[in-house]
Amino acid sequence: MVPRFWRKIKYRYDVVGSHCENCGSHYYPKREICPRCRRRGKLRDERFPDEGIILSYTVVNGKIIAMIGLNNGAKTLAEVCADKVEIGMKVKKAFRRYGEDGEAGIIYYGTKFVPSG
Amino acid sequence: MKVAVIGVGCTEFGELWDKSFRSIFLEAGIEALNDCGLEGKEIGAIYVGNMSGGKFIDQEHIAALIADHAGLAEFGIPAVRVENADASGGSAFRQAYMAVASGMHEVVIAAGIEKVTDSVDPMGILSTSVDQEWERFVGANLPALYAIIARLYMHKFGTTEEDLARIAVKNHKNAVHNPKAQFRKEIKIEDVLSSEFVAEPLKVLDCAPLSDGASAVILANENTARKLCDTPVFIEACTQASDYLALQCRRDLLTMRAVSKASRDAYRIAKIDPEQIGVAEVHDSFTIAELLAYEDLGFAKKGEGAKLIREGEVEIGGKIPINPSGGLKACGHAVGATGIRQIVELVLQLRGEAGKRQVDAEKALALNVGGTGATAVVTILSR
Repeated sequence: MVPRFWRKIKYRYDVVGSHCENCGSHYYPKREICPRCRRRGKLRDERFPDEGIILSYTVVNGKIIAMIGLNNGAKTLAEVCADKVEIGMKVKKAFRRYGEDGEAGIIYYGTKFVPSG
Repeated sequence: MKVAVIGVGCTEFGELWDKSFRSIFLEAGIEALNDCGLEGKEIGAIYVGNMSGGKFIDQEHIAALIADHAGLAEFGIPAVRVENADASGGSAFRQAYMAVASGMHEVVIAAGIEKVTDSVDPMGILSTSVDQEWERFVGANLPALYAIIARLYMHKFGTTEEDLARIAVKNHKNAVHNPKAQFRKEIKIEDVLSSEFVAEPLKVLDCAPLSDGASAVILANENTARKLCDTPVFIEACTQASDYLALQCRRDLLTMRAVSKASRDAYRIAKIDPEQIGVAEVHDSFTIAELLAYEDLGFAKKGEGAKLIREGEVEIGGKIPINPSGGLKACGHAVGATGIRQIVELVLQLRGEAGKRQVDAEKALALNVGGTGATAVVTILSR
């Protein structure tokens, strides 16, 4: 599981996705092929905006999991660190711990979101 | 070439502690063969829908296992397992349909099976149908993703938790008359609303159970069907579509594009409109999924699905009865078996053999969905 996680570090930690220079679309997670432009697509890695809004959310296993609409139009699913959230609430990204592989295993970090006032 | 369903079989769905994977498959298969008077060796090929034999019972290569235990390895009959999460059954049915429609085989069997109660964490295994790296990683399981859809739907269209509860209540009411159903017991709206949250706003009674079960149907070309069977049910269309696996990649979270695409294609091939469908079995793994199906199958406009349940249109006796079997919610959800179980129900309905849950219909539709909608299979059947 370590390499599987390690390969995604760049994309998880900084929310790096794909931007198609042909049609302007943003994709998260990163894609290899632009579904709109196919062969004409020009995908480049891009660091996505730090801020977005909550489009919808649930509370599961005591955690708030939300669909976040980033300011460039892409969406990402993430945990939100807050006591209470609502649809439309502004949030910004934060580097946080998601879990670990038992006591001796590696720690999984990633991007969560916090209210941005 | 026209293709018909000539035999159907299905085990009871539920927690079948005293039965094994091997025994439930045989039970369904033998019932289907007996239903059309076949011995078994006439079968040209076997297609088995199964989501996760590997995780649920630690057994892969299950198509060969099934051919073996059905005594059909003796004749060398080819068998293949089809996996599309909980749309595995519907997908196996479509493969079987294509095998006959193409002229490759005269008679084939399409089956579905899942044995979930031999595993420790069935919901965790079912949730392998969602994106492991971008959805499960952040703590979302299958109910959580449907809950996110439900919350947004209610926010946008003013639909209430009570509307969703009505869907579960209706399906439980229908299951009372289905001898194969897991929950043959009526529930009230208050029971749903007061059940515990699984993933807010979805509660235990908004969710289908995970069940053991197997189902099987025999398909044949028209000539063979008419020879073997007095009541063939014809397949007017069987279509399948895909959508983005992760919710975050979809433009509109409130439309299952795979469902609307597959159903539009099916209506076009069958040359009918949604209004001509007299009964449907849809994939209500969660109440919100049934609500979306009303709209994405063209029975209601987007945002107006709740009217159908409020006004009783989807009840037995209504304009378009949905899930007369009790659906996944109350008949049970034996994952890979569900898509075939839906066909079994509709064949019984079209033959007029559905007992107290009988609906008067000439055309029927089945919708089998994988995960949160990345796979949809739509089948239209007629008398």
